[in-house]
Amino acid sequence: MHSEGGVSIWFFIGISLFVNGVLITGAGVWEVFHPPANPVVLFHLHANVWWGAILLVIGLLYCLQFAPGRKKA
Amino acid sequence: MLPLLAYVSTRLVQLSAVDVVIIAFYFALVLGIGFYLRGRANTAEDFFMAGREMTAWVAGLSFLSANLGALELMGWAGSAYQYGILATHWYWIGAIPAMLFLALVMMPFYYISKTHSVPGYLKLRFGEPARALSAVSFAFMTVLMSGVNMFAMAKVMQIVLGWDINFSIWVSSLTVGVYVALGGLRSAIFNEVLQFFLIWAGALLIPILGLYEAGGWSNLKLQIAQRASDQYVHLWSTLGSFSSNPMGINWVGIVFGLGAVISMGYWTTDFLVVQRILSAKDIRSAEMAPIIGAGFKMLVPLIVILPGLLGLAVLPMKLTGESGAAAAGLHSYNDVLPLMLARYCGPGLLGLGITALIAGFMSGMAGNVSAFTTVWTYDIYRPLINSKGSDQHYLSMGRWTTVIGVLISIGTAYLVMQFASIMDYVQALFSFFIAPLFGTVVLGMLWKRATGPGGFLGLLFGTVSSISMWAWVKVDPSALRYVALSPHAKALAQDMFQALWSFCVCVIVTVVVSCMTQPRPEAELVGLVRGLTPMPSVGDLPFYEKPTFWAVVVAIVFVILNLIFW
Repeated sequence: MHSEGGVSIWFFIGISLFVNGVLITGAGVWEVFHPPANPVVLFHLHANVWWGAILLVIGLLYCLQFAPGRKKA
Repeated sequence: MLPLLAYVSTRLVQLSAVDVVIIAFYFALVLGIGFYLRGRANTAEDFFMAGREMTAWVAGLSFLSANLGALELMGWAGSAYQYGILATHWYWIGAIPAMLFLALVMMPFYYISKTHSVPGYLKLRFGEPARALSAVSFAFMTVLMSGVNMFAMAKVMQIVLGWDINFSIWVSSLTVGVYVALGGLRSAIFNEVLQFFLIWAGALLIPILGLYEAGGWSNLKLQIAQRASDQYVHLWSTLGSFSSNPMGINWVGIVFGLGAVISMGYWTTDFLVVQRILSAKDIRSAEMAPIIGAGFKMLVPLIVILPGLLGLAVLPMKLTGESGAAAAGLHSYNDVLPLMLARYCGPGLLGLGITALIAGFMSGMAGNVSAFTTVWTYDIYRPLINSKGSDQHYLSMGRWTTVIGVLISIGTAYLVMQFASIMDYVQALFSFFIAPLFGTVVLGMLWKRATGPGGFLGLLFGTVSSISMWAWVKVDPSALRYVALSPHAKALAQDMFQALWSFCVCVIVTVVVSCMTQPRPEAELVGLVRGLTPMPSVGDLPFYEKPTFWAVVVAIVFVILNLIFW
């Protein structure tokens, strides 16, 4: 939903997913090169890298699609 | 020392710097949304009903999110660990039929009557006494529940993160107070939709990684059968009797108590959730919103029930009840979700998971506060105290009531902190009104002969009967065998059968009193009663855009899921 002449709710969601994606992917990449002393279970799957990347991409798509000024409901 | 860093030694998880940044970003974003939307709440209609301009998707996701609180997530994950897959009934038969019923049968009446609230509909249909009883009970129970949930969440944050309890209460409640007071229902709805995405982003990884570790669904079932019982993975086949399943309930309680009464009462008459749908921009959106909510509701067991089941299979320790856990220094059933979060989620992901829990709590509280504000202003203050105020006066009342509602909630939280037993009483009190209210509303919508005195007395006697049964079992726990019709019945069975009987009392009293009193002229009931009201059309649309089509799709998937996990 676009607020009349305003920012869409989906844009805010895009911002949230994108920022979280950047932070989580960054933390995951850091851990790849600096493995923790007490890793989580299934650490070798590096879930924070690929899950963060998924959030980042979805967030970016939402930001672009629902950016203020675009004609999209 | 900052309260944020005032950890205690018993915390379940340790946050890293990036986790704290993710949580702080969430708080900044919701406050930013509140300030941004301040300029969009200029009239009472804007503030209380979000201008009635929400799309079906926004209203539908908000409708679902208002119910998807953190305590709900953690509590039902714990129930899945304790009772197995039976807990799924609260998401499927305990929600889907009611949501579809709301969409196709009840929503048209709420929508075309242009009521601002469920008590507002009761006023139109049954008169002022029924509205006053419903509004006063709803308003105070809602704000008390908000306080109880606030305390419970602060307690969870203390146990999981070691956060100071005062810090959790004040920061989260003041944040909610600010963004709801600024942007009204629109702000609450925006944040609920945001929360919906955060919950899925933060919680979906647990079942994915859990199933990977367990070796798939078939292996998970085998491990649960070995560590607990084969009864834990069947949805219906163990419900033949009270003693053949871990929950101590039978199919009558689940189908009629939960499916036909409690869930119908909650999803169709609890204004906390119905308010989201009333904000829809047109009749099609209002009908589609609960259907969209139902579609996603069917998926929620993935992030709530499955983690509980996975906990049974993969966690090295055995979880136990709250009292036993506290006494023995063990983890309780309700800790299963944070334990699974800590098991798989490293820096960043852990922050997102905790943010999802905080967001769940805050949006639940925002739902309570915005519903309280609307009912107070439209159903108590305006009809009973000041009926001649201007639109700006009621808008101002809404903003101040939001602040006062938050402060009452905080006061309740501190009261619960001093007297823990209040929590049980308040939670029980809330359940007293749901089942009879559904009886009153559904008879009002479907039976033109129902009269004002019938509706009022049915609601009153139904509520009194519910309170009486609860008090009876409280005083004499062995009375549960009479309420639930079995000596093997357990606590959850009491809720189901108590609701069923109070609904029956409400319906019987309403019918008897209505037959003894003067009916209203049919002309006065147009727009309020099915059969006397031309049903509004959703327009000339292709079949795949019609709410009925999607309701059938959801219903078919619902049946298939129940058969798969039978």
